[in-house]
Amino acid sequence: MTQTSIAEAIQSAHREIMRDDDRVILLGEDVEAGGVFRITNGLRDEFGPQRVFDTPLSEAGFTGAAIGAAIGGMRPIVEIQFVDFILPALNQLISEAAKMRYRSLGAWTVPLVVRTPYGGGVHGGLYHSQSMEALFAHVPGLKVVMPATPADAKALLHSAVQDPDPVIFLEHKRSYRLIREEIPDPLPPVAIGQAALRRDGQDVAIIATGLALHHGLAAAEQLQAENIDCLVLDLRTVLPLDKPAILSAARRTGKVLIVHEDHLTGGIGGEVAAIIAAEAFEHLDAPIQRLAGPDIPAMGYHPALEQAFLPNPDTIAQAARRLAAY
Amino acid sequence: MTTTQQPQPSAASTGPTSTEHADETRSSPGLTKEDLIRRWYQMVLARKIGERWFVLNRQGKAPFVITGQGHEATQVGTVAALSAGKDWVVPYYRDLGVALALGMTPDELMLNVFAKADDPNSGGRQMPAHWSHKRLRMVSGSSVVGTQLPIAAGLAWAAKLQGHDAVAVTYLGEGSTNQGEFHEGLNFAAVQRLPLVVVVENNGYAITEIQAKEMAIADVADRAQAYGVRGAVVDGNDLIEVHRAMQIAVQAARRGHGPTLLEAKTYRIVPHSSDDDDRRYRTREELDLWRARDPIDRLRKHLLEARILTSEQADELIAKAAEELRGAEAFAAAAPDPDPASLATHLYADSTTPSTSSIP
Repeated sequence: MTQTSIAEAIQSAHREIMRDDDRVILLGEDVEAGGVFRITNGLRDEFGPQRVFDTPLSEAGFTGAAIGAAIGGMRPIVEIQFVDFILPALNQLISEAAKMRYRSLGAWTVPLVVRTPYGGGVHGGLYHSQSMEALFAHVPGLKVVMPATPADAKALLHSAVQDPDPVIFLEHKRSYRLIREEIPDPLPPVAIGQAALRRDGQDVAIIATGLALHHGLAAAEQLQAENIDCLVLDLRTVLPLDKPAILSAARRTGKVLIVHEDHLTGGIGGEVAAIIAAEAFEHLDAPIQRLAGPDIPAMGYHPALEQAFLPNPDTIAQAARRLAAY
Repeated sequence: MTTTQQPQPSAASTGPTSTEHADETRSSPGLTKEDLIRRWYQMVLARKIGERWFVLNRQGKAPFVITGQGHEATQVGTVAALSAGKDWVVPYYRDLGVALALGMTPDELMLNVFAKADDPNSGGRQMPAHWSHKRLRMVSGSSVVGTQLPIAAGLAWAAKLQGHDAVAVTYLGEGSTNQGEFHEGLNFAAVQRLPLVVVVENNGYAITEIQAKEMAIADVADRAQAYGVRGAVVDGNDLIEVHRAMQIAVQAARRGHGPTLLEAKTYRIVPHSSDDDDRRYRTREELDLWRARDPIDRLRKHLLEARILTSEQADELIAKAAEELRGAEAFAAAAPDPDPASLATHLYADSTTPSTSSIP
């Protein structure tokens, strides 16, 4: 049984996708040499410099060019080196890509995937650690996925490239080589917009994404020993949110803990909580709780500052324990 | 490899020069006499439609209009060097004349100003003059200036990767050339040697700001040199000169020689938009100077002097344009408005309704 990491899964997805569809091109900073996380290793050699190539350091310029290429019939995958560096491209993504289909009544469309690592735990400091899913989840016209497992990373990248609309594909950088599993062959497809129930339970629902999902599963293990039976829901996509899955988790347990690494205020957890409050209120036995990064600009570089920012299995277990006792 | 043609001082800062010569032998390769008549007619019609849009605004029939009177030679002359429906065109809000010359019909242009459901540009979603037309390969733009440059570079790149000899052309004002995306997009296109032509319609004003407030150089085309692409300056009120310069740029792009930054010096003889009062930032005298070198009058004079057209024929064409406009307006005014129930269509390929909060 081969254990595949998330990094390997994403790389092999690129290979399969680019072999299947010669409209797919890959661009970004340092991608020819494999990228800073080595995700694109070997792709230039296999597919050539026309389809895999380095761009000038100009996120707005090459993201905009990828939007144009997508309109022109290509299927670009853009790698933004760190999500922290994506902000110059927001004008292109929000003003142009997200609105192109809408404003042209479907005449022009942008089948574009923007892949980018996010998240902390690698001593990245303020500008190599941020989570920005909430920023994109606020933009109708985009889709935002954040796979937590190797199989999902692979399957969702296939789905993202096949999608006729722009997809922001967020990869938790600490999980690249930390999370491994056996990927089934053939791999069942995963549709964008579908959450996954990772663990069923009666007492508390932990709803999470990315690396926080794995911390949530570890917390659920701890709590099992205390006879607290946790359900763990992996959102996988944050735009659009899987409302039926969220509501079902809330109804089944009556107690909900939403966990994300992004800071609290304006985070995706607020949207999940609002959905539950609006549509599953009668099923709740406790106030909806959120565990998230603190409302400071970003996590610090020093390991102590970094760890103080991040949710972990213990802090999640503690929050879930309080909810269970409510 | 910058080849700067006809360097001229900044349009707004100095006003028109008196260097124009009526030259009966002037022509541009690829423009026949019939082409010249057709392009002049398009300039006349674009002018009339723009003027009518302002009237409709003042009559309360169009909440907002934005037009390009004065830019017609630049807009029509550049399109005359393109292969409509094959080349990609990414215009900006000033480009009524680009849309018309490319093939957008007066009916469609009037559907656009009335924001009707059948407007091919946007069906009433965008403000008027945000051009888009699938068949004409004219790609929708936003109101955010400068964003079209990287997108046009991407269209050129797609054509190159697909082995097509289509070129991509984008239009913007000189003010937009200060945006980062102008520089990033031009650099990207230069590095990849993409078949791109960037047409700068330099009218000397970014709404109220004169060029001297926008940049410390007289010619935007000088910016080409920094990226290793050709730069050219042309008298934007002279259709024949515009066509000649554009043809050189388009041919270079088609032959794989990379992008050109083509700066057309022109002037808008109307306010920025229906919400602007240009009396607060420029004199009537300056306006009169530029009216005296009106691009439509100049081509008409040439057509008469070169005996391509008689004065009577010119008048007939003007009357024909007025008639065409009347018919288009009547058609468009009676067309159906957008249905509020369509608010969320075309959000994604696979959905027609947005997520909404629902009370059980």
